[in-house]
Amino acid sequence: MSSDADELEVSVWRGDNASGRFEDFRVPAQENQTILDVVSWIQQHRDPTLSYRYACRVGMCGSCAMMVNGVPRWTCRTHVKVALKDNRISIGPLRNLPVIKDLATDMDPFFDKWVAAEGMHHPSRTRDDAIEQINPEDASRQEANKGIECINCSVCYAACDTVAGNDDYLGPAALQRAWTLYNDAKDAGKLNILEAVSGKGGCHNCHSQGGCSHYCPNDLNPMAAIAGLKRASALSFFKGRK
Amino acid sequence: MIRPHRTHALWYAFILHRISGVALALFLPVHFYTLALALTDPERLDGFFRWTELAVVKFAEFGLVFLLALHMFGGLRLMALEWLPWSDRQKTLAAGAAAMSFLISGVFLLRAI
Repeated sequence: MSSDADELEVSVWRGDNASGRFEDFRVPAQENQTILDVVSWIQQHRDPTLSYRYACRVGMCGSCAMMVNGVPRWTCRTHVKVALKDNRISIGPLRNLPVIKDLATDMDPFFDKWVAAEGMHHPSRTRDDAIEQINPEDASRQEANKGIECINCSVCYAACDTVAGNDDYLGPAALQRAWTLYNDAKDAGKLNILEAVSGKGGCHNCHSQGGCSHYCPNDLNPMAAIAGLKRASALSFFKGRK
Repeated sequence: MIRPHRTHALWYAFILHRISGVALALFLPVHFYTLALALTDPERLDGFFRWTELAVVKFAEFGLVFLLALHMFGGLRLMALEWLPWSDRQKTLAAGAAAMSFLISGVFLLRAI
């Protein structure tokens, strides 16, 4: 039998939205091992009924985020050594989302809010028009570029206490998407965006706690994007547009 | 106990701003009531002033000034965050707000004792 140092003590959430509990597993420790490796080992060697979600395993698809020792993380790029506390790891489903089963959450509310925040392209030209030339050095393009690497992992959404306390709040990812499109010269829906993000669940609910920016695995800054939306919507209001 | 996802500098800045705000909101009615004694009951106000000479009250006033300064500088940081061009130094600014508050309240305490 392996010694304690050769094994990790892992607690994994089992259950659905109605009820559940943490179940303990002992998992062989490896020199190079991610949290997703740990979850996969449990599913492959201990309990094939364990439900979880992943796809790319290289930090691009945004589907494997979970709560690891109470902190939201992308599990495919989180090394066990980073998260380990006293040789123990607890792994749970993402916070602030309904649980389908075990570690798999229902992402519908997260993506519904992208749509509610007008996080979709509003064309400024038709297919018959020439493609608009964009200067990559332009200030608004630079601002838009800051948010385009979002992988929709919902780590920021799970980190946000405002989301936890306000069901209507659009959340950091959707608002950052809105800010990105607001700064996109090819997007013709700027007023639609401002109207969508300045309502009941909009950007002005943000308390600037900064959990979104602190935990974003891609080092994006949704808090700065939300501050940008606050400025833009307030200036628009004072100019009498909305 | 503070939950793990909250253990970062800007969440602490948030909670200190909230606690100081609530504490000041509770303090202000007492403050105005005490000031009103100057008109309604000056002798009682003099008695209150004598009570404020106690060391423990001076120290409590230090705490009050610290909270007031913390709420003011923290509020300035938040207004700058929302109205000025973005600065990536939010943690430094929050730490600076706490340091300035401690400086001001410390000076207040040294002058008071």
